[in-house]
Amino acid sequence: MLGTGLLVFREVLEAALIVSIVCAATRGVTGRGRWVGSGVGAGVLGAIVVAAFANVIAAAISGIGQELFNASILLAAVVMIAWHAIWMASHGKELSAHMKSVGNAVQTGSRPLSALLIVVAIAVLREGSEVVLFLYGQAASGAGVVAIAGGIALGVVGGVAVGFLLYFGLLGIPMRYFFSATNWLMLLLAAGLASQAAGFLIQADVLPALGNRVWDTSALLSNASLMGKTMHTLVGYDAQPAGMQIVFYTVTAVAIALGMKLWGHPARSLQHRSNATARA
Amino acid sequence: MNTFSRFAAMTLATVCMAGALCAAEVEAKLTIRDHKFEPAELTVPAGAKIKLSIENHDATPEEFESHELNREKIVVGNGTITVFIGPLDAGKYPFFGDFHQETAQGVLVVQ
Repeated sequence: MLGTGLLVFREVLEAALIVSIVCAATRGVTGRGRWVGSGVGAGVLGAIVVAAFANVIAAAISGIGQELFNASILLAAVVMIAWHAIWMASHGKELSAHMKSVGNAVQTGSRPLSALLIVVAIAVLREGSEVVLFLYGQAASGAGVVAIAGGIALGVVGGVAVGFLLYFGLLGIPMRYFFSATNWLMLLLAAGLASQAAGFLIQADVLPALGNRVWDTSALLSNASLMGKTMHTLVGYDAQPAGMQIVFYTVTAVAIALGMKLWGHPARSLQHRSNATARA
Repeated sequence: MNTFSRFAAMTLATVCMAGALCAAEVEAKLTIRDHKFEPAELTVPAGAKIKLSIENHDATPEEFESHELNREKIVVGNGTITVFIGPLDAGKYPFFGDFHQETAQGVLVVQ
């Protein structure tokens, strides 16, 4: 039960960290609970489907189906996060101003939320499909119902608890910086996912590695440690990155930062205006 | 032949040549049986790109994973996967089966 719980915990933790950032980034938005909930639901369903067809996916495209599938959904998540972060750069200040003045939810329209629904669904699907395959194996090798159910319960409760810790920690950020902080977190999250996608494409021999191990900081923080794994999920930390991963990471981070700079202006001018009004 | 297809053909030829030059590809094989890797210690040459195939003879799925090699891939019950690694420097690179870590442990010895 403990072994099962530990594996489930590790996978749930990765998804929970991403969901926590998304929840923080959509703070004060009407109906976000419904959207995030739907994302989790869709992710769980997707995980079961992906696990059921794992052999088909693995055998597809001369054996590199699994890598191409992973890389594609990771890059889809990157695009969604990028779009949301850029959207927030122009609307975030309005949002926090509104929340400070009225202290309640804001209607933003469904587009930014549907982008994040996809991100949540992808995070849950990726980690969930591993859990489903693992549990299927456990059940097939004769593990009891109690051991499996207990392991799931332990892992899910533990993983979700850490997710909540992160979420409430983030809520402690002062309102004036809140959405710029969550936006930067989203940027790093997207860059990390892009680097993971590059990793899969290297593993499949679709892209050159450009140096297998450009540096090695595993003595400082190993990929195997819980902290290493957490940083891997949150900011794309990798103790031994390949050159191509660094390229993907940097290009994604720079592209989103540029997008936020370029399209982040309307909100600033809006705030200038409201400041001017306040002075007048 | 129009300009585009000529360019495409030239690019392809260049990539293939570069591929042949820099990557002397070596094939290696691992088997999973009773949630253990066979051989548990696999030796491969340094400086070569390795095409590692992993055959799962168990009925249950496994995930081949290695932090040192930066690889992870699921292999379904009675399935086979291919993972490309390297070129690597000489040394020892541990790997494991994420779904059965108590038994599924191995090391890639690069020399």
